[in-house]
Amino acid sequence: MKDIVLIVTAVILSLAAAGAIYRIAVGPSLLDRVLASDVLLAILGAALAIDMAVNRHLNNLVLLVALTLIGFVGSVTVARFVADRRGQVNDS
Amino acid sequence: MTPNATGVDAVIDAVTAVLLIVGALMSLGAAIGLLRFPDLMSRMHAATKPQVLGLFLVLAAIGLQLREWWVWPVLLVAWIFQLLTVPVSAHMVGRAGYRTKHLHPELLSADELEAVVLRAAGERAAEKAQEAGPDAPHSRNGGHPGGITGDSRPKGNGGASS
Repeated sequence: MKDIVLIVTAVILSLAAAGAIYRIAVGPSLLDRVLASDVLLAILGAALAIDMAVNRHLNNLVLLVALTLIGFVGSVTVARFVADRRGQVNDS
Repeated sequence: MTPNATGVDAVIDAVTAVLLIVGALMSLGAAIGLLRFPDLMSRMHAATKPQVLGLFLVLAAIGLQLREWWVWPVLLVAWIFQLLTVPVSAHMVGRAGYRTKHLHPELLSADELEAVVLRAAGERAAEKAQEAGPDAPHSRNGGHPGGITGDSRPKGNGGASS
């Protein structure tokens, strides 16, 4: 049971991470990349949480919250930067 | 998970397995949405699934596996923290996307923000004309093209949609 769950979730999360990384690499605009990196952080958080659930410990919980904070600060900062810069470029 | 579980343990393990796999499928759904949806707004719609519902399912699996009562408030705090930060960052990204025209207007069924932005721009132009006074030349607007996307700090609720 444990091994089956681990293998299935590992395959699913790997495919999801591959899709998110593809969008980060290809993404036509900076905001698409920010969004995809947010999804990648969520996938990492899911992997940490699955590890905690399967092995019955709470060691990664602080890391999970820190990951949330990193995603929040990063995407807000980049969104703000994009708004300012594109605004100046579009003022023609 | 308990090896060779029987009875209640087996049931709890099965529920945990379902929660974990569905939570992982949320991530896969977000990745598929990122790859297949055409513009930023619809990709944002897909990207929220693992951040909120996926995390909820996986944290519920942790709570079921640990079988301690004190762990539920801790997991709830972690989830509420995510719930507080995700809408804010989504709002910022969506606002920046709208202002920098990262959307296909023909795909929108309704654009309530457009009227608000146009009205705010009109009010700003009117104020500027009043400031200039009746005797000032009329071309005061020339050097300041503050259009729809120009001002990053809008008046009113110009950015109140995500």
